[in-house]
Amino acid sequence: MIDFLQLLIYGIVLGSILTLGAIGASLVYGILRFANFAHGDMMTVGAYLALVAVTTTGMSVYVALPFAMIGGAAIAIFFDQIVYKRLRRTVPIILLISSFSTALILRSVTQLIWGPKNQVYEAGISLPYVVGGVRIRPDHVTIFVGSVLLIIAFHLFLKYTMAGKAMRAMSDNVDLARISGVNSERVFLWTWAIGGALAAAAGVFLALDTRLHPEMGWHVLLAVFAAVIVGGIGRPYGAIAGGMIIGVATELSTMVFEPAYKPAVAFALMVIVLVLRPTGVIKGQP
Amino acid sequence: MMEDLLGSVTFGVFFLTTVGIYVVSVLGLNLQWGMTGQLNFGIAGFFALGAYTSAIMTTAPSDHHLGGFEMPIFVGFAAAMIVAGITAVLVGLITVRLRTDYLAIATIGIAEIVRLFLKNEDWLTNGVRGIPGIPRPFEASVGDNMFVFMAIVFFCVVLVYLALERARRAPWGRVLRAIRENEMGAEAAGKHITRFRLEAFVVGSMIMGLAGALFAHQIGFISPEAFTPRFATFIVWVMLIAGGSGNNRGAMLGALVIWLVWSGTGFVTSIVPPEYATQVSAVRLLMIGVLVQVILLYRPEGLLPEKPPNSRT
Repeated sequence: MIDFLQLLIYGIVLGSILTLGAIGASLVYGILRFANFAHGDMMTVGAYLALVAVTTTGMSVYVALPFAMIGGAAIAIFFDQIVYKRLRRTVPIILLISSFSTALILRSVTQLIWGPKNQVYEAGISLPYVVGGVRIRPDHVTIFVGSVLLIIAFHLFLKYTMAGKAMRAMSDNVDLARISGVNSERVFLWTWAIGGALAAAAGVFLALDTRLHPEMGWHVLLAVFAAVIVGGIGRPYGAIAGGMIIGVATELSTMVFEPAYKPAVAFALMVIVLVLRPTGVIKGQP
Repeated sequence: MMEDLLGSVTFGVFFLTTVGIYVVSVLGLNLQWGMTGQLNFGIAGFFALGAYTSAIMTTAPSDHHLGGFEMPIFVGFAAAMIVAGITAVLVGLITVRLRTDYLAIATIGIAEIVRLFLKNEDWLTNGVRGIPGIPRPFEASVGDNMFVFMAIVFFCVVLVYLALERARRAPWGRVLRAIRENEMGAEAAGKHITRFRLEAFVVGSMIMGLAGALFAHQIGFISPEAFTPRFATFIVWVMLIAGGSGNNRGAMLGALVIWLVWSGTGFVTSIVPPEYATQVSAVRLLMIGVLVQVILLYRPEGLLPEKPPNSRT
């Protein structure tokens, strides 16, 4: 039972990280109509941007988080304006291939600037809290609380601002939104800004949970996509469910399967959902 | 002087052999993406399956991994294609009905699972320590002769090329292109879309398995690290896009050009201190990434675009 609870906590932490990644990926998928293969590497870059803030000014990583998110949003918009914008008239698959090479560009630049080694924000070990035999690391509390706050902020944005409403409209039906006068280019910018910012936050939290490495984001990309698909493409609230399902299932799977095969769990769940319910658990785009 | 000459001949043969192996991979991808419009981002997976299968079939018996069975190399090639093909059938049965972007995501997952499997199943593959001593063809009769191996690779290239060209002109190839251009139209014309897609996916993956087998026999040693997506998958995609999707000759030209660029930038690695070697590889990958974006933006049809079908062929 203790083992189960312990794994559940790891799962919720992983789920929080995946959720933040999946919300952005789901929005981009729903609004710009392509699977953004650079999303994982946007997480990586965000994590390293926070590292720059931490190492240059000595600020804590919590203070650095907003800077990383702004940086992440800027990078996402940059690639949109330089590359994706000019490819919008082509078929979405070309955008997908393009994002695949964006991923490679981000990863090699990360490695060039910050080197191929593992890094951490702060050296040293923080003692875990022990609650009824279950150990909880302070970082895990930060990740969970931080994710919940970001998700609430995102929810309020989506629900009450004009930009948020326009995004929901575009995600539901692009043509209908356009003839209703929604400025699609502006919605695209908002989508990238929010996707990039949340990806950067996810990257910072992932680095807190494990450590910084140029391939850290690429390794969770499949799990992020799995969360998007399980939650329903273009359904940001579904992405929360998807992220949590994938995160918890991945960690709990170690009770039954070899831990080495953890990454396969996300894949298996994704395939099951694709076959049984292609629109996702919460009905998304077909 | 003689040594210099010998050195450049050795380099040239190795270079052309490598290009030949990539050509086989790119032709397999061209069948899936260029002709049918299926996105396979899991090339590394099928490539690795082919390499490991052929290695296990042909190496001398070992305590560290399954086999080896000391079979002739061509048995290894056939087994590589069969294993890659069976895997593709299993993957395809699940994913082939799905939209092609789902296929792209799913195939990345397949490649990752294949890599995890090869890395963790020590009894089968010797895990991270890899499989050494993979023989060259005809090693017993002619010795380890690089020209012989190059000839075999070229033979495979010609065989695959002719088969795919024949298929492209055949009704089968026309149906594939019809599916790529207009799925509903092809279905309305009474074509069994799922079956044709599955066939193209499986045959393409078998060709990638063959390429993997050739790679294993060229290098002589394989380990899971050789099959990371960036080298086995991404570069093949770059070759196809640069050369011209849908055109088999373009695919071959793309393999040659991109490998020339890649090797051309490789000399930098040899002149910088070893501690910067990983950084140089990052620069090379960066260049390739930028190159793809430039091609997609300015010449999306590639160097040799697909020709419109000729009524006589």
